[in-house]
Amino acid sequence: MKNDLLFRWILIPFFLLTFGTSSTTFSAETIKIGIAGAHTGDLASYGLPTVKAAELIANSVNTKGGILGRKIQLIIEDEACKPELATNVATKLVSQKVDAVIGHICSGATKAALRTYKDAEIIVISPSATSPELSLSGQYPNFHRTIAPDDTQARLVADFALKTLKLKKIAVIHDKGDYGKGFAEYAKIFIEKSKDAKVVLYEGITPGAVDYSAIVQKIKYSGADAIVYGGYHPEAASVVQLMRKRNMKTIFISDDGVKDQTFIKVAAVAAEGVYASGPKDTTKNPLAIAAINEHKKAYGTEPGSFYLNAYSAMLAIVNAIDKAKTTEYKAVHKALRNHSIDTPLGKIKFNDRGDAIGVGFSMYQVKNGIYVELK
Amino acid sequence: MNFFWDLFLGGLTRGSIYALLALGYTMVYGILQLINFAHGEIYMIGAFSALIVASILTMQGLTGLSVLILATIATVLYAAAYGFTVEKIAYKPLRQSSRLSPLISAIGMSIFLQNYVMLAQTSDFLPFPNLLPQSNFLDSISSVIGPSDFIIIVTSAAVMSALTLLLKFTKMGKAMRATAQDQTMAMLTGVNVNRVISRTFIIGSALAAIGGILIASHVGRINFYIGFNAGIKAFTAAVLGGIGSVPGAVLGGLVLGLAESFGTGYISSDYESVFAFALLILILIFKPDGILGRSSQQKV
Repeated sequence: MKNDLLFRWILIPFFLLTFGTSSTTFSAETIKIGIAGAHTGDLASYGLPTVKAAELIANSVNTKGGILGRKIQLIIEDEACKPELATNVATKLVSQKVDAVIGHICSGATKAALRTYKDAEIIVISPSATSPELSLSGQYPNFHRTIAPDDTQARLVADFALKTLKLKKIAVIHDKGDYGKGFAEYAKIFIEKSKDAKVVLYEGITPGAVDYSAIVQKIKYSGADAIVYGGYHPEAASVVQLMRKRNMKTIFISDDGVKDQTFIKVAAVAAEGVYASGPKDTTKNPLAIAAINEHKKAYGTEPGSFYLNAYSAMLAIVNAIDKAKTTEYKAVHKALRNHSIDTPLGKIKFNDRGDAIGVGFSMYQVKNGIYVELK
Repeated sequence: MNFFWDLFLGGLTRGSIYALLALGYTMVYGILQLINFAHGEIYMIGAFSALIVASILTMQGLTGLSVLILATIATVLYAAAYGFTVEKIAYKPLRQSSRLSPLISAIGMSIFLQNYVMLAQTSDFLPFPNLLPQSNFLDSISSVIGPSDFIIIVTSAAVMSALTLLLKFTKMGKAMRATAQDQTMAMLTGVNVNRVISRTFIIGSALAAIGGILIASHVGRINFYIGFNAGIKAFTAAVLGGIGSVPGAVLGGLVLGLAESFGTGYISSDYESVFAFALLILILIFKPDGILGRSSQQKV
């Protein structure tokens, strides 16, 4: 009884006090990096690997004494890939005075959040937002990314459909989202310009609808040899399954949003033979192998989507702050452009628009339940 | 012409599911004047429990039709238990309060159930096995209609006819209709109103669970959020047909499904939801109580 009292009235306040003091002294001199993206909801599988990548690098930098003698502190915020939540998260991170942000994950959410960061002069490096206008428009000088934008991806997919597969009639379908529609629009333009093939159908579908039978029927009657789909894996899985159930052999070609193991898990046998573009295979890069092993050691699992992009983004920002010797916006901005760094994606630095030089896409195909890179 | 029939059957399939769900909304509204926003979540829970039960049964070595039947029975019971509990927890204590309170509590229940399933299960999409049997006689019609579409339409029609018979010819149905007409009067004539309300929720949830199993096997994937969209569409169908009316809910569901299917087919799938809601607005302008709704006399 006496021990109990001692514990309750003396130890607890004591602990509270120690934690309280330690966290205030800790935060005064840390370099704060915001990690924003989808950590819950439908698209959590895209966002969580970024958190893990950031944690691994922050830990390893911190055990070596930090950068500029300061430790890295991560501030992790979830916006479930929803633009309206992303602006809230951005405001929150700005008010916590972060020095840089790794994120956001989805293009729509990134676009919504960017203005807030721009006004506060905060460097943003997204591992996965691929909408071309983010960098093309020149509106957001603070924006960087370690992934190639969609027009590069759409160009690759269009060339693949026309030159490698020699398709003549193509249906272009998208999910009406910033990412999917952007990709589909570029793909459509590239296909139409080539004059080798015809776009027989160009339509958007509603994400989360109860059923996609009607659009599948429409694709069937359009006589398309192939579908180029812009969007994410949940809808793609449904459309592919419905097509295969109706014995349609139409080729399915899609983007990075579909190049996710969850797609294969959900679509199962229907996923076989599906093509998708995705970042270049980096499995032979020793840094990538090391990064993946680090993940396996720390978390016991294989890393998920965009892990290496996030890992590289985090390395790039750490390197830039280190080279600039300050966290001041202009200096870091310049350092990102002038100093290249070896990352799991290869040697990268950023161009004037903020796109990483040295990252690109390859085509993949599902074979026996995994994506295999096509040479 | 073939395209027309394909769209028609596709719309009928989708409409049947909407109708199954809309029945739950309309029955509850008929009796309690309450919009049960948690109904879509019962559909989602139905799909999830079917997945769990089916996986367990498959691991035990069962196959084919036996899995489907056992999973359906288990799921219907489970979802019915959920519907019963939701009513007892979220609506019954508020029955005497203003009409807005149970509405808010329904929305709260819906959010609670969604997040509960997300945390207890997963936020990822899960593959749903195709439980609907692939028998030979269905192959012969597969050029006209997909086997799963056929099963969905037939099952829905059977379930809905059973419900109509139940309401028309059984004592329970009579009690339900009486409660819908006038709760106080029904009580005075010896109807156990509380039991009738519980049964309404149980029947509605069972229908939603059947809808959940059918559409999940048809589409092949589920996650914790599928109830929201399906719920909104089914609610629209119920309003379209005349909320409170059982044949109205069926008709509303079919009309909505067909409108979406033909809209997608002949115009553009970009506007799928636009067709659905434009139709709703049009019908409500000309017939404010829905297609089969009786003009309501507001009870004071």
